[in-house]
Amino acid sequence: MSGPRLDPTFQALPHRRLGEVALARAAELGVSHADFRFERVRYQDLTARDGVLQAADDSVDVGFAVRVVHRGAWGFASGVLLTDDEARRVAEQAVALAEVAATMTSTPVELAPEPTYDDVTWISDHEIDPIEVPTAEKAEVLVGWTRRLREHPGVEHAASFLAAVRENKYYADLHGTRTTQQRVRLQPGFEAMGSRGDLFDSMASLAPPVGRGWEYVVGSPAVAWDFDAEVAEVPGLLAEKLAAPSVEAGRYDLVVHPSNLWLTIHESIGHATELDRALGYEANYAGTSFATYDQLGSLRYGSPVMHVTGDRTTPHGLATVGYDDEGVAAQSWDIVSEGVLVGYQLDRSMAAMKPELSGPDHPQGRSNGCAYADSPGHVPIQRMANVSLQPAPDGPSTEELISRVERGIYVVGDRSWSIDMQRFNFQFTGQRFHRIVDGELAGQVRDVAYQATTTDYWGSLEAVGGPQTYVVGGAFNCGKAQPGQVASVSHGCPTSLFRDVRILNTTEEAGH
Amino acid sequence: MTSPSHATHRTTPQSLVEQGLAASVADDCVVIVRDTTSANLRWANNTLTTNGVAHGVQVSVVSFVRGADGVGTGTVSSTATTQAQVTELVRAADAAARSADPAEDAAELVRDRVSPDWEESPVTTDVHTYSAFAPALGEAFGRARAEARVLYGFISHEVATTYLGSTTGLRLRHVQPTGHYGCTGKDAALTQSAWVGGATRDVSDVDALAMDAAVAERLAWGARGRHDLPAGRYDTILPPSSVADLLVSTYWAAGARVAHEGQSVFSGRGGGTRIGEQVASSGVHLYSDPAHPGLECAPFVAAASSSNETSVFDNGLGLARTDWIRDGRLEALAQTRHSAGLTDQPVTPYVDNLVLDVDGGAGRLDDLVAGTERGLLLTCLWYIREVDPQSLLLTGLTRDGVYLVEDGEVRGLVNNFRFNESPVDLLQRFSAASATVPSFSREWGDDYFSRTATPALRVPDFNMSSVSQAL
Repeated sequence: MSGPRLDPTFQALPHRRLGEVALARAAELGVSHADFRFERVRYQDLTARDGVLQAADDSVDVGFAVRVVHRGAWGFASGVLLTDDEARRVAEQAVALAEVAATMTSTPVELAPEPTYDDVTWISDHEIDPIEVPTAEKAEVLVGWTRRLREHPGVEHAASFLAAVRENKYYADLHGTRTTQQRVRLQPGFEAMGSRGDLFDSMASLAPPVGRGWEYVVGSPAVAWDFDAEVAEVPGLLAEKLAAPSVEAGRYDLVVHPSNLWLTIHESIGHATELDRALGYEANYAGTSFATYDQLGSLRYGSPVMHVTGDRTTPHGLATVGYDDEGVAAQSWDIVSEGVLVGYQLDRSMAAMKPELSGPDHPQGRSNGCAYADSPGHVPIQRMANVSLQPAPDGPSTEELISRVERGIYVVGDRSWSIDMQRFNFQFTGQRFHRIVDGELAGQVRDVAYQATTTDYWGSLEAVGGPQTYVVGGAFNCGKAQPGQVASVSHGCPTSLFRDVRILNTTEEAGH
Repeated sequence: MTSPSHATHRTTPQSLVEQGLAASVADDCVVIVRDTTSANLRWANNTLTTNGVAHGVQVSVVSFVRGADGVGTGTVSSTATTQAQVTELVRAADAAARSADPAEDAAELVRDRVSPDWEESPVTTDVHTYSAFAPALGEAFGRARAEARVLYGFISHEVATTYLGSTTGLRLRHVQPTGHYGCTGKDAALTQSAWVGGATRDVSDVDALAMDAAVAERLAWGARGRHDLPAGRYDTILPPSSVADLLVSTYWAAGARVAHEGQSVFSGRGGGTRIGEQVASSGVHLYSDPAHPGLECAPFVAAASSSNETSVFDNGLGLARTDWIRDGRLEALAQTRHSAGLTDQPVTPYVDNLVLDVDGGAGRLDDLVAGTERGLLLTCLWYIREVDPQSLLLTGLTRDGVYLVEDGEVRGLVNNFRFNESPVDLLQRFSAASATVPSFSREWGDDYFSRTATPALRVPDFNMSSVSQAL
């Protein structure tokens, strides 16, 4: 096991030499910009089912990429042979591709400037590197969860999983920046399945993925998720859900727990405030955004209690880095302030297109550090920072928020999610839904989905909870771009109260 | 000193396989080498945005160690291009198998099958595949600009050559070309949007100017007038791409083990699966076939990992045409040998293509439009997610072109909708089908599943749950 130290086996790879070779070759060919990225990403995925380890797979992705701007156009190539000849060949291939692209590029590529970082190193904060923990030790935990869940008569089947990642990345560019980084992340979880008559259903762990090590599973209460308590609690919650009445469709006030709200933030705020989407650069795939650039500073995104930040420095955040994949230092900034759109997520080319976003100190614009590529075979694109809804400093507890509701639903945990191509219309379900009657919880209901338009929903936000309700959730595999890439991102939020939201009965939706 | 590049260039996928098998000290070993090259172009706002060429070599080693209680397995995969790297992988996989608990899906490994083309080199692609497409795309940008259209799109070509060898005598090779394109067009004011897209094995048959012309035609449909319609149930024409969207989701829900354990739409009431039950209208046939013309895919199992739907013990198992639904009756679910034992059914692993045929289905999408008195014509669906596994209720949205059809003609543009529907239910209640044609799922075709052939379907009472303001 190791603490937060740079993996010496990564340092032993020839990334620095290959980088110098590739950049020198690109410079010889007359490019206006070149960057080199070398990555080694180690993954481990374990799954268990009904007391048996089903799979334990280790994989490694190693390679390098050269990206150039030449004759105003991008060129990108990548390779896996770790030789000088291959580094030169890949650089030449990137330049050749830029030559082809230049004939079809009508808007020359410009990059916002960034200070040079001379050989800096950044390592994410963790205690126990999860990749280094013996597989048998991790498997024992996963298998144990499923065995304990199945001890309950109402649990017919139980599954568990663990995804662990250690990402090493070296970046170099012609301007002199050299960064070396190491990040770890972890996603453990489980699900219990049961039935009652013709109904079947499941109940899953609420544990969010995190930028932490194995201490998240076995560490002290200060850093670990309490899986033992959850394993004990879930069978009862599942039994209650299976016996619960089906919801009556209509309009309800919602108290939404962070374990559900993080995903609504991700879809309706995180993706909607990516400037590449707002400017049309994702239009063919992930879509655009209703939060168009002309509305910056004026769009009423939500109620005045809504304060959303973008942050690549959040402790243990899944999108937390020291420097992004264009050599830009991590930053934090406002996206929505008092309910009004005030900022976007940027990479260097987006920042150069809209320099006024960066203020008078950066007349040529400055990226806020949101470039990321998920592998050496992919080009960096604008990806999400940790986008979080801030709590009210003296805000209420979850119980106080529930006490303000006469007829409503308390929503806990995420499940199904979907939103349109401009991020207006969404529908979410959850792990469990508790009726609220006269300010108190009154048992679960089932078959619930909530559906709304983004600005209506956030406009109905009456109150956010205090810091004591704040939880950082997140996604391990958020998809975007063509070719498709995945990225991990965290979203913090407090428990929040929304008024008069449309609730659907999913059984009725399935009927005809 | 011999340069590393010289040494690595002499390494072939076959030699990596043989090196791995020879290095293993486990009881048995499977080595899978996947050599992939790709080239892509992406555009937006009538200009090229990003592009890329890439080469990857991924090696997966699965080791099998027999013990008193059963067989332990270990899987390790990595980018690897040298024999030394493969040896390191084998050591790790052997060690993992030695320390593993007995696998529940243990079975005899498949033996002694050799592809006649085993000795051949990987097939590759590169940017030259776009030698005709790229200049035509530049011309399309100019034409779109002149005619006040904005184009956004992507074209990709990848060739993966898989080599699978085992200590039990498997030497199997498969070449899989995968290509697809999609182009979204908007009017200059960004008030409407249209999409065309498709799959191809060789992008040289994709015509950029024809693609733009198809987008222009659909935008012209939209320019005939805008009709704001409320949520509700509509007679709806699903083009082949949308039918593919829904059926890919259905296929992924067709795992036998989960159904047998009571957790899917294909679970029987009172236990077991619904195999043998009528789950769709008579005349509906859903099948996969590795040899289906135009949709050719791997004719053998290549699994680096075990799950509910795959087993490393099944590596090399032959794949053939599998009828999932025949004449409306559920014939099979996706099985490993292990789950086939649990469910007492034949072994029917997933195959990497999917075809829907409807008896009597004839004509084209246009013919369904011509036969519709009043209804909606969709272009494609998006952000499709499972809401309820028991009914396979899916939610998702229309995007990039919903059109009003009246008296057999397209009358103009309609707002977008969110839908809530079960594709299994749709297969029971559609009212008309076209002939089956090669199709491309807008949602799943890009990264996951592009080899589909489906008809267009007209579905009465399609549930548009709410209106989406997206343009």
